[in-house]
Amino acid sequence: MSLTTVDKTKSEEVALWIDRHLSSSPALNDIRKNALTEFKKLGLPNSKSEEYKHTPITRALEKNFDFSLSNASSKGIPQAYKIEGIDANVLVFINGIFSKENSSIASSEITVSTLADAIVKNESIVTNHITKYADIKADPFTAWNTASWTNGVFINIPDKTILEKPILIYHINDATAGQVIAVSRNLFIVGKSSEVTVLEKFDSVGSENHFTNIVTEAVVNENAGLNFYSIQNDNSKHFQYNLKQVQQTNSSRVNTYTFTLDGKLIRNNIQLVLDGENIESHMYGLYLLTGETLADNHTVVDHKKPNSFSNELYKGIMDGNSKGVFNGKIFVRPQAQKTNAFQANRNVLLTNTATVNTKPQLEIWADDVKCSHGCTSGQLDEEALFYLQSRGIKKETARAMMLYAFAGELLESVKHPVIKDYLNNIISERLHKNF
Amino acid sequence: MLSIKNLHAKIGDKEILKGINLTVKAGEVHAIMGPNGSGKSTLASVLAGREEYEVTGGEVDFDGKNLLELDPENRAREGVFLAFQYPVEIPGVSTINFMKTAVNQIREYRGQQPLDAVSFLSVMKEKVKLVEIDQSLLNRSLNEGFSGGEKKRNEIFQMAMLEPKLAILDETDSGLDIDALRIVANGVNKLRTKNNATIVVTHYQRLLDYIVPDFVHVLYKGKIVKSGGKELALELEAKGYDWIKDEMEVA
Repeated sequence: MSLTTVDKTKSEEVALWIDRHLSSSPALNDIRKNALTEFKKLGLPNSKSEEYKHTPITRALEKNFDFSLSNASSKGIPQAYKIEGIDANVLVFINGIFSKENSSIASSEITVSTLADAIVKNESIVTNHITKYADIKADPFTAWNTASWTNGVFINIPDKTILEKPILIYHINDATAGQVIAVSRNLFIVGKSSEVTVLEKFDSVGSENHFTNIVTEAVVNENAGLNFYSIQNDNSKHFQYNLKQVQQTNSSRVNTYTFTLDGKLIRNNIQLVLDGENIESHMYGLYLLTGETLADNHTVVDHKKPNSFSNELYKGIMDGNSKGVFNGKIFVRPQAQKTNAFQANRNVLLTNTATVNTKPQLEIWADDVKCSHGCTSGQLDEEALFYLQSRGIKKETARAMMLYAFAGELLESVKHPVIKDYLNNIISERLHKNF
Repeated sequence: MLSIKNLHAKIGDKEILKGINLTVKAGEVHAIMGPNGSGKSTLASVLAGREEYEVTGGEVDFDGKNLLELDPENRAREGVFLAFQYPVEIPGVSTINFMKTAVNQIREYRGQQPLDAVSFLSVMKEKVKLVEIDQSLLNRSLNEGFSGGEKKRNEIFQMAMLEPKLAILDETDSGLDIDALRIVANGVNKLRTKNNATIVVTHYQRLLDYIVPDFVHVLYKGKIVKSGGKELALELEAKGYDWIKDEMEVA
């Protein structure tokens, strides 16, 4: 099998790349070396890997990246990457390196810092948590990340702290002088009865290829809340692996919002572990794809204890030759009685060459639960289009109205007004909203 | 206003309309009756421009324009309105926003200024009263979760907003109880003027007690086989469609 051989070669190249990037931090040396060993064992996914069945990420990396190279030095950042009008804590990373001059941390009652700083200053709380949740054995990209991350954000919110100002994390790749491979790692700890909103956004300059491998581990303690937004709207040279591993305890609330609007190949893994009772979790996702974009959303909700609620709504609109992938796993463990778990994935295909692969996977071991899932994919409803046209509305307006209404359900889920406006503007323009 | 000459239409390989001739003048109400499968709804759909149907012959003139050449939206802008037999549910689009877009695109087509939000709302309030529809329904997603009667009332509300020259009511009575039927018919009657016309497509005579036609046509196997005044509807009700079928077989 030539493909396997090629994959193996690529894996070896990446392993060498990782080895060169095993940055020095004594506290984490063992962890990093361990992760590299694990990466070598797993290798990059090949065409037979179940979790990457529809997402040829190895082939994409092979075609577009040279792992013998190092990142070129950064020359500049884009003009308008920030979301205007938000009073927020801002952290900017360029090619995975923290950019202090572009960042501003306003909230004094919290610890927001780069992960590298946190390790220096406050070793135990970081080492107590980091790499404890994101399983390096489960995915080679997680192992890769764990072995070689450059920097990231450490957020530590004490108990009973409602953080009014959201934390905005901008990841910029400067691919002007050459390809970029950026590896970032975040750790969020939300104290009891506290609440925080975090947003990550990805942008770039330059015309070379760039790959971001980002892993976030989050611990949401009792009665705490985390709102976690991702806006992925970078150019067609952008490749991304993104894992969010969230650990929830009693009465905690987590909302994730994933808006994938552009890029070349985006793989999102969101894994919520509901290790407590009376938890509420919502996962919202919208992928609005065109051109050659591939967006793959793999999600897991793991109900480990009784009396919790989870709801997942992902919607996609695929235009051009784009490709959507959705895989939603729900686990309800034997002791997780009285679980309510719902999942829906709806897709609209606008061309004959756009595709979507959607797969719900429910594994339920408890008997007293309410679970449901549903997935649909199809074209815009012709009868509905005719109905709107028959009232004097132009066909393209009718299409835009229906698509905007379809996407609108996810915009409605966004609570933060400025973020909502920001997304609404992008989505309205993309869907040619003219009514 | 409307002149249909020798209209033929098919869906797939099946010819459904086999030479329809019909003339409708301003101020008139025409009823088109006939047994199931006779082509009544096809005629309504072809006039409104539904794409699944292919017109294979004949002409349709609407106030001097070749209706068959126009896109569905331009037929509406010229003044044709189809009240659907099965109004479509569209989640996420409210009736109000949808009507505002429709009204303003029609106004633009006719070279009129768009209505601002205030004027639109005042027109809407007036029409809401006319057709006795609950205004809260109009803020909701179009027809989503509406009862049969609410959907049909919403059709008449839209008709009131768009003020068509020619309204085609496709089986508007189907699925309505007598109270809903009366409200819907009242709405239609209030919208009648000497300048507009109505085509009522129905299987049963019942609706014609409320919307009294000037002419009744019986459609059978894709052709109008009998025309008369409103008494023809009563005769049909009394004798049933077998009467027409038998008569046609004999001929």
